[in-house]
Amino acid sequence: MSRIFISLDTTSNSLGANELAAWFARNHADVDVVRTGSRGMFWLEPMVEVETANGRVAYGPLSTKELAEAVDQGLLQGSEQPSSYLGDIEQHPYFASQQRLTFGRVGLVNPMSVDSYIQHDGYQGLANAIVKGDQAIIDDVKASGLRGRGGAAFPTGIKWQTVADCAADQKYIVCNADEGDSGTFADRMLMEGDPLSLIEGMTIAGIAVGATKGYIYLREEYPQAYKILNAAINDAKAKNWLGDQIQGSAYSFDIEVRLGAQAYICGEETSLLNSLEGKRGEVRAKPPLPAIEGFLGKPTVVNNVISLASVPTILAKGGDYYESFGMGRSKGTMTFQLAGNLKQTGLVELAFGITLKELLTTYADGSYSGRPLKAVQVGGPLGAYLPESQWDTPMDYESFMAIDAMVGHGGIVAFDDTVDMGEQARFSMEFCVAESCGKCTPCRIGSTRGVEVIDKIRSGDNPDQNKELLADLCDTMFYGSLCAMGGMTPYPVRSAMNHFEADFDKKEVH
Amino acid sequence: MFMSEIKIDGVQAIINANKHLEGALLPILHGLQDQYGYIPEVAYQPITEALAITLADLKGVISFYHFFRTTPPAKHVIQVCRAEACQAMGGRQLEAHAKQKLGVDWHGKTLDQQFQLEQVFCLGNCACAPAVRVGDEVIGRVSPERFDALLEELQTEVVEVKL
Ligand SMILES: Cc1cc2nc3c(=O)[nH]c(=O)nc-3n(C[C@H](O)[C@H](O)[C@H](O)COP(=O)(O)O)c2cc1C
Ligand code: SF4
Ligand code: FES
Repeated sequence: MSRIFISLDTTSNSLGANELAAWFARNHADVDVVRTGSRGMFWLEPMVEVETANGRVAYGPLSTKELAEAVDQGLLQGSEQPSSYLGDIEQHPYFASQQRLTFGRVGLVNPMSVDSYIQHDGYQGLANAIVKGDQAIIDDVKASGLRGRGGAAFPTGIKWQTVADCAADQKYIVCNADEGDSGTFADRMLMEGDPLSLIEGMTIAGIAVGATKGYIYLREEYPQAYKILNAAINDAKAKNWLGDQIQGSAYSFDIEVRLGAQAYICGEETSLLNSLEGKRGEVRAKPPLPAIEGFLGKPTVVNNVISLASVPTILAKGGDYYESFGMGRSKGTMTFQLAGNLKQTGLVELAFGITLKELLTTYADGSYSGRPLKAVQVGGPLGAYLPESQWDTPMDYESFMAIDAMVGHGGIVAFDDTVDMGEQARFSMEFCVAESCGKCTPCRIGSTRGVEVIDKIRSGDNPDQNKELLADLCDTMFYGSLCAMGGMTPYPVRSAMNHFEADFDKKEVH
Repeated sequence: MFMSEIKIDGVQAIINANKHLEGALLPILHGLQDQYGYIPEVAYQPITEALAITLADLKGVISFYHFFRTTPPAKHVIQVCRAEACQAMGGRQLEAHAKQKLGVDWHGKTLDQQFQLEQVFCLGNCACAPAVRVGDEVIGRVSPERFDALLEELQTEVVEVKL
């Protein structure tokens, strides 16, 4: 019986992967169709990989019509004849040059099967963790140099130490799966393609700090991830990788998935905790840190999906191994997400330090539209817009901070030369109006004023005076906001003003 | 499809199934909206009683989140992504086209109650923008033509259900 692999990833499905799977069910019921995560090369999706004696052979992108032809030409035997033939996808330069420490299994395993996970070296980290015990786990994570991948880049080991050092009858591990940043989908791909690595990472975190309960706060916008996560959790429970006395050890840990309700601010960790408690997602003042008083007032680890999913590799291969990747104080790998107007969009996991330009040219191969690229927004809606003169900056936390930008969660959104940067700046303010939690005035009212002032500038109403006003307003938001929502909205606005000022001029109507 | 008839027993069953959870309110609201398409007012009092919260607390939570609705939705809710990666691929043109084609603004419903237009900020489909979501399905590379075809597909589905 032939075995083939088709991605069940949201983006693959959005391009027709489900239809390919349905085609096999209708026309070749004898073929064993395994649904996996995506390899993260979306210009080649929907893709079919065929298992052959010499490994997997890939074809893509395919419509159902092209698939029927390709099958006639010997797709199921791994023939080179179909025009969609790609060969071994792991030899493709886009893939072969990556350093997939966290995404190593995505695209290979059946995401809902513990057996498949273990066949691909899953649960080795947890097995080691059970033997090592709490402090040795935390020491490993500290040695790895792992910093939170959710945006703020706080050292994960230190956060865990704080929670471990608190005495409490109950502690929690909360996974931040709110992934609200535009241009980011690494969390989603991981949860759809290898959710057990997240589950394993959370379990290790639980052992490390003495927590027995974990929550995954998942954004409502990810229905596919919701289904897959729950299926994976159920299989892990059935096989005693979750629940009481995991694999006969002294440790117990359980995980529940909770859905958000479409609020960007609930990605901010204290807002998230309020939401998880069933409250309005308003930001809490810090201190107290969530590590000390978090969910329901108990010590709580809040970590991003990728942070937690990186932990099994660290425990399986050692903190030093992970630490040997990266540069400066940015250790390990980052999952860069190439999005927007790019030809070869997708996920690229690499050690920190590659330049933006290399990602845009070598990996993305330029714009989708074929026009010159003009601006790139890195790090989500609160990240700066970078002009070409800054594309040589190495992608690491400190280098980006030095140019008033941020790596954030690794989202890279490219715009071609048809973009109007005045319009983009206006949108940044508009987004802040829509998503502000409302707790502080500079953010709540300032963003509304921001939209108005930008409108005035763009319509030619006292532009010089209003530009000064906009700069002042940005300062007020930057210094006077409680969290980065109001505090960093000035980054995209200021960068648009500083680097693309001409776009703010009144448009001449010809 | 959503249940059109709302019985207090059904509401109470959803509340009872979730009220023991830590932070039970969002799971209850999700359960209700999954079942009925919105949070019916008859649920307010039983929720406040089950969770020992005030009506003001409850209304404050419902209104905080973009997702929760307090009125029945149209048959098909079409969510169009307005965020940056989609903008970079013609998302603004798609927004304008969707509004014009359906003759409504954001949150608006067509007169025949078939379609409702909602904005959403990122569907995680930024690698093949612009993106649209209907129910649990996300669609990528949505040109205005693809959008029109989608409306047609949804309408034919309606006919099929009736037959
Ligand atoms: C407005 C705002 C939105 C955020 N959104 C997210 C998010 O969607 N996902 C995430 O992991 N972190 C997000 N963060 C960062 C979290 O507050 C927090 O730093 C993170 O969850 C900690 O996990 P980490 O250390 O593993 O990164 C956001 C922060 C702010 C201010
Ligand atoms: S900056 Fe904005 S989002 Fe953050 S706490 Fe203040 S009002 Fe809320
Ligand atoms: S920006 Fe539209 S799907 Fe992410």
